[in-house]
Amino acid sequence: MRLYFLKRLGVMLTTLFIIATVTFFLMKLLPGTPYSNPDKLSEQQLASLNQKYGLDQPLPVQYARYLGNLVQGDWGVSFQFKGRLVTDIIFERIGPSVLIGFQAMVIGSIIGLGLGILSALRQNSLFDLGAVTMAVLGMSIPSFVFAALLQYYVGVKLGWLPPGLWEDYSYSILPSLALSVTVIAAVARFIRTEMLEVLTQDYILSARAKGISEFGVVWKHVVRNSLIPVVTMLGPMAVSIMTGTLVIEKIFSVPGLGEQFILSIMVNDYSVIMGITLFYSTLFILVVLLVDMIYGILDPRIREKWGEST
Amino acid sequence: MRTLPATGTSPHEITDDLFVHEPVAAEVAMEVAASAADAPWKAALKRLGKNRGVVPAFVLIMVITVLAFVGPLLTPYTYDGQNVAHSNLPPKISGLGWLGFDGLDSNGVDLYAKRNITEAHWFGTDEFGRDMWTRVWKGTQISLLIALVAALLDLFIGVLYGGISAYYGGKIDNVMQRIIEVLVGIPNLIVIILFILILEPGITSIILAMTITGWVGMARIVRGQILQLKGQEFVLAARSLGVSNSRIMFKHLIPNAMGPIIVTLMFTLPTAIFFEAFLSFIGLGLQAPLASLGVLINDGYKGMRLFPYKLVIPAVMISLIMISFNLLADGLRDALDPKMTK
Repeated sequence: MRLYFLKRLGVMLTTLFIIATVTFFLMKLLPGTPYSNPDKLSEQQLASLNQKYGLDQPLPVQYARYLGNLVQGDWGVSFQFKGRLVTDIIFERIGPSVLIGFQAMVIGSIIGLGLGILSALRQNSLFDLGAVTMAVLGMSIPSFVFAALLQYYVGVKLGWLPPGLWEDYSYSILPSLALSVTVIAAVARFIRTEMLEVLTQDYILSARAKGISEFGVVWKHVVRNSLIPVVTMLGPMAVSIMTGTLVIEKIFSVPGLGEQFILSIMVNDYSVIMGITLFYSTLFILVVLLVDMIYGILDPRIREKWGEST
Repeated sequence: MRTLPATGTSPHEITDDLFVHEPVAAEVAMEVAASAADAPWKAALKRLGKNRGVVPAFVLIMVITVLAFVGPLLTPYTYDGQNVAHSNLPPKISGLGWLGFDGLDSNGVDLYAKRNITEAHWFGTDEFGRDMWTRVWKGTQISLLIALVAALLDLFIGVLYGGISAYYGGKIDNVMQRIIEVLVGIPNLIVIILFILILEPGITSIILAMTITGWVGMARIVRGQILQLKGQEFVLAARSLGVSNSRIMFKHLIPNAMGPIIVTLMFTLPTAIFFEAFLSFIGLGLQAPLASLGVLINDGYKGMRLFPYKLVIPAVMISLIMISFNLLADGLRDALDPKMTK
């Protein structure tokens, strides 16, 4: 088992190294310069700026220097915000993103599980049909469409909640709701299928035969066993939330990491783009590893497989 | 089956007329009568027909696809023809006023009457007076095209990669799988965004950027299938008959893996449509005057407060397309591979 995780760690580090490398060279290919007014700069100014940021060095030197700094936790300095550390920008921006992402995950899981469990218990009823329809709608309609509609109808027309910006807690509700729609749909569908399968298992029949109350059967046997595979959804869910925050933060003008990423792309702020890319990738890889570990803890059969692969 | 060449009839010989067909139920007889190779496909088709969502979804996709090509021809306008006199007109379809296509703006003023315009723009016009009906269908056409090409590229690369990896196995498989493991670790959206930035926005670069990470899923599915299949007797039989590797691959292995391949392909289509719209929405999509659904939604979003129809119509269109593709893919998955249902 230890070997399994060492192997995983190896793959993780390789992946991160490749991402760092690819991002670095892609950045170099990008059109435009990272300075705000390149036309107004004289040759001399440009040269001195390039020298200041090390852009006058040959590419391999820049690359080696970049990697060396990266390992030491120095992710460089932003071009756009004069002299600010990339890591500072990330940490300053991460708060709102985490808040709306976390809220979306909680709202999505609770509503999704509720809908999915109820509809599986009443398979083929009107409620089931409604829940399945809603799930298909939620999976199909892009989150930015939901976001735009929520902003227009709830934020502007009804005026119940602020349609944008970031001042107090109420500003986080609409973005979280918009983000949670996809999660609700995915969780509801997944748990429903899972429960329908568990319901046909022999151990459910034997639990019923033992005379356990219907509630006990459903709660202790069906739901518990169906919940195990739901953990595997956390990975894809985290990704969809990350994707979602990019555009939903833009729509609701939330000062989060996603909004910063898009802004930095627009102004060619190389170091910030690289920093956020690496940050997202690390997060993503860690989530996948975490999910695998939780899954192993919940399901002993998986743990055995780890032993085999060593 | 013929018995040994007849050398005279002995009383103990078993002749054909001694066999009588067991009467079977009509349903079973039909299954038996169908040739063995067709049977699974026929059964799948039958299961597909039983699915509530599939038929309407299929019809909707057909209608939308046809309209995407015919729609722009139904009006005298072109998708990029500007007419300032007709700018920002609300949707108007005579007879469908009760559905909101009444030509009234958000203050309830009939702009058509006010500006003395006799023609009706069915989906209204944008700020340059371009006809939205034509633009929406043109956009649908482009979105569908991007999705289709991206999905086919994924299919091609994925089947080739996954097939080779699984069929040759050993070291080749090992190396190819390590590459996939690394690729899976990279959040694809970020790669797509970075590539679009380098390639400059356009139809080709969107397709290429989506393919760079998109084929991995297909490759994994194909590899899993081929790994299961290649140990089976019919492959051994083919090999001992001297069939070449490529023939075994394309005539024996891949046709048998077709079910999951089709299902994966079907799920790629809505994903590609979503990504295209997503990219266009954050401003990395097509350039004006070209329009995809994502571009139209982005334009509509900017003017949402005054002209909600500009957002609502393309948003409804993309939602309809996504819903239909998802329903169809769900149905296909249930019909072709009951085990994949999850």
